[in-house]
Amino acid sequence: MEQNENKAYVASDYKSSQNARWCPGCGDHAILNVLHKAMAELGVAPHDTAVISGIGCSSRLPYYMNTYGMHTIHGRAAAIATGVKTANPDLTVWQISGDGDGLAIGGNHFIHAVRRNVDINILILNNKIYGLTKGQYSPTSDRGTVSKSSPYGTVEDPFIPAELCFGARGNFFARSYDTALDTSRQVMVAAARHKGAAVVEILQNCVIFNDGIHSYFADKEKRADHTILLRHGEKMLFGANNSKGLVQEGFGLKAVTIGEDGYTIDDVLVHDAHCRDNFLQQQLAMMDGHELPLALGVIRDFDALVYDREVDRQTREIKEKKGYSNLRDMILKTHETWEIK
Amino acid sequence: MLQETNVKPIDKVVVRFAGDSGDGMQLAGNLFSNISAEIGDEISTFPDYPAEIRAPQGSLSGVSGYQVSVGKGVHTPGDEADVLVAMNPAALKTNLRYLKRDGVVVCDVDSFTPANLKKAEYASSDPVKELGIDPERIMLVPMTTLLKNTLADSGLDQKAMMKSKNMLALGVICWLFDRPVENVLKKLKAKFAKKPAVYEANAKVLRAGWDYGHNTHSSMPVYRIDTTESRPGTYTDVTGNTATAWGLIMASEKSGRPLFLGSYPITPATDILHELAKRKDLGVKAVQMEDEIAGVCSAIGASYAGHLAVTSTSGPGLALKSEGIGLAVMAELPLVVIDVQRGGPSTGLPTKTEQTDLMQALYGRNGEAPLCVLAAVSPTDCFHMAFEAARIAMEHMTPVILLTDAYIANGSSAWRIPEADDYPEIHPHILPDNLLEQGWKPFDRDSQKLARYWALPGTPGAMHRVGGLEKDYHTSIISTDGANHELMVNTRREKIARIADELPPVKPMFDDDADTILVGWGGTYGHLLTAVDELNAEGHKVAFWQFRYINPMPHNALDTLRKYKNIIVAELNTGMFADYLQMKLPGKEILRINKVEGQPFLVREIVEGVKKHLEK
Repeated sequence: MEQNENKAYVASDYKSSQNARWCPGCGDHAILNVLHKAMAELGVAPHDTAVISGIGCSSRLPYYMNTYGMHTIHGRAAAIATGVKTANPDLTVWQISGDGDGLAIGGNHFIHAVRRNVDINILILNNKIYGLTKGQYSPTSDRGTVSKSSPYGTVEDPFIPAELCFGARGNFFARSYDTALDTSRQVMVAAARHKGAAVVEILQNCVIFNDGIHSYFADKEKRADHTILLRHGEKMLFGANNSKGLVQEGFGLKAVTIGEDGYTIDDVLVHDAHCRDNFLQQQLAMMDGHELPLALGVIRDFDALVYDREVDRQTREIKEKKGYSNLRDMILKTHETWEIK
Repeated sequence: MLQETNVKPIDKVVVRFAGDSGDGMQLAGNLFSNISAEIGDEISTFPDYPAEIRAPQGSLSGVSGYQVSVGKGVHTPGDEADVLVAMNPAALKTNLRYLKRDGVVVCDVDSFTPANLKKAEYASSDPVKELGIDPERIMLVPMTTLLKNTLADSGLDQKAMMKSKNMLALGVICWLFDRPVENVLKKLKAKFAKKPAVYEANAKVLRAGWDYGHNTHSSMPVYRIDTTESRPGTYTDVTGNTATAWGLIMASEKSGRPLFLGSYPITPATDILHELAKRKDLGVKAVQMEDEIAGVCSAIGASYAGHLAVTSTSGPGLALKSEGIGLAVMAELPLVVIDVQRGGPSTGLPTKTEQTDLMQALYGRNGEAPLCVLAAVSPTDCFHMAFEAARIAMEHMTPVILLTDAYIANGSSAWRIPEADDYPEIHPHILPDNLLEQGWKPFDRDSQKLARYWALPGTPGAMHRVGGLEKDYHTSIISTDGANHELMVNTRREKIARIADELPPVKPMFDDDADTILVGWGGTYGHLLTAVDELNAEGHKVAFWQFRYINPMPHNALDTLRKYKNIIVAELNTGMFADYLQMKLPGKEILRINKVEGQPFLVREIVEGVKKHLEK
């Protein structure tokens, strides 16, 4: 990711001439606009940026970018993005997937891209439903979800994307939701600046097939008490006027009101996104917005060796060390040969 | 030395080494073929190994064979062996059927212990008699005893000594074929440069084997193989898989595009991944992905990013890659898919050879998804065809499937290492600056080849999106218009057809007055050629052509075939290429010779098959 020093980019530099064709009111419109802004803030040239998606509503996104991009096949965006980035680590590579594309059909590629720590920014646009096929439950749908393919309610538990990311030894996880524009922009920028696989879950509303699925925390009047925006190095406060905080109790977390039950501001935990041990980060990521507030912002951001850079480094070092000028030279120096005159 | 009367001059010989997987049969066979190649012999080798990695020692299922043919006019490892080296009773029992009627057996008589005979399921204590072997044609060499005597002073324990048993057998073979052991010693010295004690032990044992043959069995026929004239140059021994990997590297050097392999281990293709993983020393990026699909998809990503991108696999993996290959067809990206065919369907016969993926390669995708299909005809031809696959992919902006098979992938031949100018430059269809300035669109094509241009990420101004959705012919924007779709389908088809403009024409061999032509494709070349040679020598007029370019075919292919009264297609399946030709030559009867036993043809099967058709 090279910062382009000669030119300052603006959001419209990343926007293609095609009009977005998502349904009116779809959360994807907001996410697209925020992505344009985040890219401008990062300042990576459009020609050094590649956006790779799979199949689904959200996977149409590359067509609306004035960058390099590929709208690929269902579930394979992570594998294709891995190829793009490994071939050319100088590109900034984004992967756009929905919950079905990224975590059902593409689940295997997702966990392996995260495990390998390929430097791609994986945006999972999670609306907990299949939209493009018109309303079937997804691997993130809650147990009991009634949909066209589960008319009597699902009888299976969902993935929590964060848990899957941590389970795959992920080093970056952040969360936002479609209407939290500032938070979304901030976490996208942080994800791009992170070296390695960065997973950003953006909870997104499908107005047609799953409208209001995120209302319990995302509605204006619920946000303060049902979400918490985490910032590295800052106290974990939430609620109106930051009157509430998270404290550690036993092996778990507890939400308290400051000044009540003997809790003071000093009891409130300070967020450490950079900590190698991810135990508390996982606890934070698993809060679901009911008893404990849903965690937003950058939950984990830990630097580790990056796959595409390591492939590149190893290839260059071995090439230099052996010093063969070409194929023929290598064969002559390493294989048994004979002359026929 | 040998008395002249004992020496039997012949064109070529076939030696089959058989033993337990750990007996070092492949090393012995390789050394023998290499010292033969050095004096100008043509060589061809073929390993025949079980799917199990280490079956129980001495058991019938644990025997692996390694067959070597050396001499003049060698195109195959041979139907049957002139000499069988059997390291134990199990190897003798399972491999005797590969020996010629008048062939010679060399075996370790010390291995005929009650325990080994039982493991190999013999009814009596005399395997020679039980198997009906002519005692005049078997050398019962007390290998273990000789080994112990030779290495008595070496300080090695029994286990370490036994590792040299293959050299004892090789010593006997060198004597039998009038090959001085000095040439082997040179190679052993290089191999064990860092272990002088191991070299010394092996050298002693090798000489002991030669001396044993010389002193005790001088009544056996000794063969002298006439050598052949080869093209001058520097040679090495390659397997088809290694040659495939190297052909891709050559294409990378000649195109200036860095090489990327995305792959997943699968028998019998894995050695391509192994070789390219080693070739980080030439700048190759070879990555092992999480599955076959990720293998092809990572390659598609690398192709988009401007690399010569390759994925290697076998039949089941090709099935998994189908959707990805379809994306490369639609996005019109260069991609090389290597399919080392094995016995199918499903897991089938993973270590055995077949030509049963032809239809899958041609048609195994959803929608109208034409692409270029090539087939390599021999281990060394894998180099050439891998180069061709890469050239066509990058010059015509299309996926190319190269079909090889277990037989040529694992078999080896002597190969002349190409000089710098032996292969042409490759000109990838990269977007030129002047087109970019004139308002280029991603699916604009050149009028001659109909190939779109490769715009590499990182290029200012050439930002573009590709994908699996249909594009408008003129604007390159996604389109669901029916007429446009048909135009695009036909354009993609015509783009593949035009590859034929630059293909070498079909020129049948043995063409004089023949009204019958034997046709094959891919890895059966050596056997078919040898068969046609024999047929013509017997006075049958049979022409021959082996196809390497399957889709598209060279322009003159069908007209050339039409001229013959009889077209006989021989292939290792139930008639896939014959059906393909039949479709293109309606009204012309296509005769067939087929075999689906997981083994290569035997030359005599083809000779007999052709004769049977001609008698009708």
